[in-house]
Amino acid sequence: METILKIDKIEKYYGNKSSLTKALNNISFEVNVGEFVAIMGSSGSGKTTLLNVISTIDRVTSGHIYVADNDITKLKGNSLNKFRREELGFVFQDFNLLDTLTAYENIALALSIQNINPKIIDKKIKEVAASLNIKDVLNKYPYQMSGGQKQRVASARAIITDPKLVLADEPTGALDSKSSKMLLERFNYLNQELKTTILMVTHDAFTASYASRVIFIKDGKIFNEIHKGNDTRKEFFDKIIDVVTLLGGDLNDAL
Amino acid sequence: MMLCKLSLKNIKKSFKDYAIYFFTLILGVAIFYVFNSLDSQTIMMNVSSSTQEIIKLMTNMLSAVSVFVAFILGFLIIYASRFLIKRRNKEFGIYLTLGMSKRKISMILFFETILIGIISLIVGLGIGTILSQFMSIIVANMFEADLTKFTFIFSYDSCIKTIIYFSIMYLFVMIFNTIVINKCKLIDLLHSSKKSEKIKFKNPIFCTIVFILSVGMLSYAYYMVTAGVDNLKTMNEIFIPIVLGVVSTFFIFWSLSGLIIKIVTHMKKTYYRGLNSFVIRQVSSKINTTVFSMTFICLMLFITICVLSSALSIKNSMTANLVTLSPIDIEVQKKLDLNIDVVNNTWNLTPDMIEDSKLLVRESLNKLDFNVDNYFKDMVEFNTYSTNEVLVKDTLGDYYEKAKTKYPFLRYENAEEFIKLSDYNKAAHLLGLQEFSLKDNEYIIVADYDSWIPIRNQGLKNNTPITLLGKTYYPKYDECQNSFIHISSNHVNIGIFIVPDNALNESIRNENIILANYKETTEEGKEKIENIFYEMDNHPYIKYTNLNISTKLSIYENSVGLGAMVTFIGLYLGIIFLISSAALLALKELSESSDNKQRFKMLRNLGTDEKMINRALFKQIAIFFIFPLILAIIHSIFGIIFCNFMLETFGNEKLLESIIMTAIFLVIIYGGYFIITYLCSKNIIKEK
Repeated sequence: METILKIDKIEKYYGNKSSLTKALNNISFEVNVGEFVAIMGSSGSGKTTLLNVISTIDRVTSGHIYVADNDITKLKGNSLNKFRREELGFVFQDFNLLDTLTAYENIALALSIQNINPKIIDKKIKEVAASLNIKDVLNKYPYQMSGGQKQRVASARAIITDPKLVLADEPTGALDSKSSKMLLERFNYLNQELKTTILMVTHDAFTASYASRVIFIKDGKIFNEIHKGNDTRKEFFDKIIDVVTLLGGDLNDAL
Repeated sequence: MMLCKLSLKNIKKSFKDYAIYFFTLILGVAIFYVFNSLDSQTIMMNVSSSTQEIIKLMTNMLSAVSVFVAFILGFLIIYASRFLIKRRNKEFGIYLTLGMSKRKISMILFFETILIGIISLIVGLGIGTILSQFMSIIVANMFEADLTKFTFIFSYDSCIKTIIYFSIMYLFVMIFNTIVINKCKLIDLLHSSKKSEKIKFKNPIFCTIVFILSVGMLSYAYYMVTAGVDNLKTMNEIFIPIVLGVVSTFFIFWSLSGLIIKIVTHMKKTYYRGLNSFVIRQVSSKINTTVFSMTFICLMLFITICVLSSALSIKNSMTANLVTLSPIDIEVQKKLDLNIDVVNNTWNLTPDMIEDSKLLVRESLNKLDFNVDNYFKDMVEFNTYSTNEVLVKDTLGDYYEKAKTKYPFLRYENAEEFIKLSDYNKAAHLLGLQEFSLKDNEYIIVADYDSWIPIRNQGLKNNTPITLLGKTYYPKYDECQNSFIHISSNHVNIGIFIVPDNALNESIRNENIILANYKETTEEGKEKIENIFYEMDNHPYIKYTNLNISTKLSIYENSVGLGAMVTFIGLYLGIIFLISSAALLALKELSESSDNKQRFKMLRNLGTDEKMINRALFKQIAIFFIFPLILAIIHSIFGIIFCNFMLETFGNEKLLESIIMTAIFLVIIYGGYFIITYLCSKNIIKEK
């Protein structure tokens, strides 16, 4: 399998000499093309920091991150922005849709900042909207949509650029359970049918159970890693719960 | 003193947001000081006593205008502080949840206002003092005084006045802040940032209709003040186009906001290029709520442009007219044969004055120990005549009825003024004007006041006869001839009738006039003669006589002074208006930039280039600055035409020059605010 993301001994420290916080402490792992990986951990475990350094929103203290063999820790300025808009797609917990734009325009923005022809934009949006089931809401403003619809619009925006990697930060965090389920099924569809590589951060075992692999993080270190393999989602969910229990009280809020 | 510390830290922390506010306050203080210190700047100058008088009048006018300016600035400061409080709602919310009382929060704001007030006053007065040094050079230049030695001027009076005025303004701000804080609710404070305004979509067809209607309304208002200006009969009717203009300005902004977005969203190629869609939506979402302030700012800019360009043009015209309208050194005139009945004794005539009014100018001057033959050369002495037999209305013939409805404010019951042909020709020869000849039954009207000429021409065209002392005369020409007999600074001759010498006799004398040049040819010699006239004011006889002396020098100084006064008041008001409107826009944009911080962060996360983001921000701010300006400029084109009409007597020389000057002011101040707003906004949305 081809490796799309390679994390090589990264560390991220906060603070100064007198009070040093190791948010990420020597983490290494790889993500292959077409994988759906979930990263689990309680608040303060460093999972958001991990996502931030992969998405180049934050910088590592040491170590390297390779996306398709490019060391993104070496990128600067506009090449960083170029990388972000061409290689990555983002889904945020609070949707991050622009409230002044309609759903259609929000999705189009991801392409128009790459100066893509409006005709192609229109065609692509129609395709993505069909696969994410949001055709009806394209002309609505964010405040006119439900949370689930908003998150699917945000997902459409994330995948429309055909990114090498989609990063999702607690995508179900602000959704009710029914919308969560619907969104995650769409994620599965994107992953299996469109071969989108997804890296998702969550503290929710149910959400994580949709992934093909779950990496557990505690105190900035990798604590455990389990594969779904041929398990059903239900069996995988039970396995995840086992690890969560093993992790102890720290992840209790996840249950 | 915890609170004091807190407010000091607050100011330090939010200095970037306060920058424009500070900048505006400092500018306001400085300008206030500069224009109020004008008198102390002129005290140093070596100018004649009549110029001194005018400067006194000017400073009085300026201090009256200052009260008005104080109101505008006060309004601006209160408005600005409301923005700043709004921005800090969350901060106040946190204080309240921590258990701080509203009184204490008011105290924090109180300290902040005091601190800001003190700093802005000190810095503003400092800058004002520096600026006033430059100002005194301009003033000296205008009054043509030589500023041989440079003296540093600091006006205590103006300084104290500035401090008092601004203290009152700050006091009002404090009161206002306290009221705002006391009225607010905790829940609103904490959630104020989350309230995102709903985007109301306007019906495009309705928008189009409103747009067309308001453009029509505006065109009609334009028509009323330009081509149809003759139909404006009374001062009250002026308000019709003004109200139409204000209302249509509002609705044009209202409907355009809906229309433009509709049009641009359909231009798919442009709309989906780069961040264009984002910019358009940003603007349109705000324009919905800012229609009011846009209208206000547009109108302020309009007034600024008109005031500045008219004031500068009046000043230019005044000096330009002098050479042709005052070609000789002196004119002395005196009303003859005063009679209590004629003037209804509104002049409070005493028997002595009536007795004196039988004397000619020459005799009266003699009584004042001034022998005209000793001082004057090229002298022309003559009388003018008038009689109640010939009133203004009699000279208009059939046109009178029409004129009465069209120009109801003219005085049709006034007696016309006559002059003998030979006297006129003598005067015209001296003044370098056209001379005329007449048949026995003809008359000519000479006039140069533009508003009166067309009215009189109607009477002349109808060949209206006038009957004078039992004999009838007909017009020689079918229009007024451009000429005058009194020296003045402007075209003010509303019409004098030239008739054959034998048409008039001494029973209907009106005025005795002497036109002359001085025998002295040097500047000093002329000034010496003029000083004799000033000293006549102390002569006991002067009370009984109604001599009226106008000299070229005094007319010149008067009109330079008047020109300077108009210029300074125009500059003062214009700059204050400009600053106020630019500051309002800037503050509004800045307060929105901080709300937009989140949106720009989102764009960054999507991987938008910094360049692209800056360009989007620039476009967004530029649209808000340019929109009101464009409409204001269109308004001004018609406004200036109207001002020209109103100020016709002053002439409109060098109008282009004054418009260019106005444009320079506009670019510097308005453009400056635009750049600062852009830079500050860029700073606000920058990622830390």
